Amino acid sequence: MGNESVVQAVGLVKRYGTKTAVDGLDLEVRAGAVTAVLGPNGAGKTTTIETCEGYRRPDAGEIRVLGLDPVRQAAALRPRIGVMLQSGGVYSGARADEMLRHVAKLHAHPLDVDALIERLGLDSCGRTTYRRLSGGQQQRLALAMAVVGRPELVFLDEPTAGLDPQARRATWSLVRDLRRDGVSVILTTHHMDEAEELADDVAIIDAGKVIARGTPEELCRGGAENTLRFTGRPGLDVASLLKALPPDSAAAELTPGAYRVSGTVDPQLLATVTSWCAQHGVMPDRISVERHTLEDVFLELTGKELRG
Amino acid sequence: MIAGTYAPKPGAAPLPRMIAAQAALETKMLLRNGEQLLLTVVIPTLLLVLFSAVDIVSVPTKTAGGEGKAVDFLTPGILALAVMSTAFTGQAIATGFERRYGVLKRLGASPLPRWGLMAAKTLSVLVTEVLQIALLTAIAFALGWSPHGNPLAVLLLLVLGTAAFSGLGLLMAGTLKAEATLAAANLVFLLLLVGGGVIVPLDKFPGGVEAALGLLPISALSDGLRDVLQDGASMPWGDLGILAVWAVLGLGAAARFFRWE
Ligand SMILES: Nc1ncnc2c1ncn2[C@@H]1O[C@H](COP(=O)(O)OP(=O)(O)OP(=O)(O)O)[C@@H](O)[C@H]1O
Ligand SMILES: [Mg+2]
Repeated sequence: MGNESVVQAVGLVKRYGTKTAVDGLDLEVRAGAVTAVLGPNGAGKTTTIETCEGYRRPDAGEIRVLGLDPVRQAAALRPRIGVMLQSGGVYSGARADEMLRHVAKLHAHPLDVDALIERLGLDSCGRTTYRRLSGGQQQRLALAMAVVGRPELVFLDEPTAGLDPQARRATWSLVRDLRRDGVSVILTTHHMDEAEELADDVAIIDAGKVIARGTPEELCRGGAENTLRFTGRPGLDVASLLKALPPDSAAAELTPGAYRVSGTVDPQLLATVTSWCAQHGVMPDRISVERHTLEDVFLELTGKELRG
Repeated sequence: MIAGTYAPKPGAAPLPRMIAAQAALETKMLLRNGEQLLLTVVIPTLLLVLFSAVDIVSVPTKTAGGEGKAVDFLTPGILALAVMSTAFTGQAIATGFERRYGVLKRLGASPLPRWGLMAAKTLSVLVTEVLQIALLTAIAFALGWSPHGNPLAVLLLLVLGTAAFSGLGLLMAGTLKAEATLAAANLVFLLLLVGGGVIVPLDKFPGGVEAALGLLPISALSDGLRDVLQDGASMPWGDLGILAVWAVLGLGAAARFFRWE
């Protein structure tokens, strides 16, 4: 584990008629990690994932999942992966436990179904059939169905869409346990906090291409500039402060006594600012560092306009 | 949760176990569905009882063993109707909605191969038909039915009829939208109920129409069953041939055009 990859896609292209949903996408996913695929609506996340799952035959490019061709070697691949579709997948007249037990029966060494039902709170569904379950209950059932067969690799397409905060956390905790036990997880989400919280790796997709890759920390560090703020005596010599800072920085007094420094905010910069303050007899009150969140980075990379 | 609970241990269950589980679930879903039961159990039963008891349509009652009753004419037709209701109408509607709600898609990512899913569907249809036929023949006997002929011919007709109707039902479910399948499957059921020799003898229609209707799978099945069960024929080759052609065309087209999503 560690350095091998569970998904390798090179130059992947998928068209629906004249519409190009995936447009030369390259993606490598590490084994044993949680990888979050982010991107605006219609960016091609579901199409990419469904190509990995063997549902779609790529129009161009190469794809290997667990070393296998997902279409031509589907029979060998299917027992080894767990799939949660973005929606649906259950008989409208089936009860939650009935459907989960059924999927378990299709596998050789399934998880303990009762424990899984309890863990995801599906016991509350009782004898209600799928079509009458709440949206969140339907999501949790789909999640349970994806993991019950003890797969090596799990694909979760928006696993927490429509979940309440408790259920979201239950999902996160399950994903962490999967990783702890050596399962690779690929998930899509529109919640940036979720990606920051859960993912070891993030891939941001836009218009069918991967436009950024890295750990959440790497992505937040690069890209957008970060800022440092403090308050002090009004009318400090900003030009002198600027001279002490690295060349790519900026400093300004926004309102009397409120200062902002922007640039690459790292421990060195912080030390430079505080020692400049010490030299000038300034107490930097309310000093704070604003690091960019993944959401800032995401919006900066993908723009602020609404997508189709 | 104890560490290691989710440690990967992938593997498909043995194929026969997967198919048996799938067939059991499909049958359960069918028997739980009120509209499906209406179609497959209530309507055939009511028609059998009603038309045997009340002389609504005059039917030929002569059998291989002499003068019989209306039930001797009706039972073969109702058995054909039962096959059609399960293999065609019920299967088309259920499969159409499974396709619509992503059930077929999700099962496509499970270890159960697609042909295994189809085998399970067929098994579920056969189990349902056995239950229907058991119920309907019990009622028919209670109404004084006296069947004749070769049981093997009856079995062959039922199997070929099931294949023909399954092919057509799956073709519809795999190509049309679920709502369109629901409407069309019910409409076809109704039209074939009237025009397929089930309760109304085909010779009540004008000659040209009668010949055309005779080529329908439902007419071939009800006529073939009647030839054997009422008239004691040994092998109704003509009707078996018509059913075989429908089965090949229907299953072939379904295999070619069926869309899983
Ligand atoms: N079956 C299909 N037929 C035609 N076009 C499709 C089909 N599926 C997806 N598309 C189109 O391909 C593009 C990518 O869709 P995809 O579902 O992969 O996006 P996504 O990133 O998953 O979006 P979301 O965040 O809304 O789930 C969209 O423009 C979509 O309209
Ligand atoms: Mg999607």
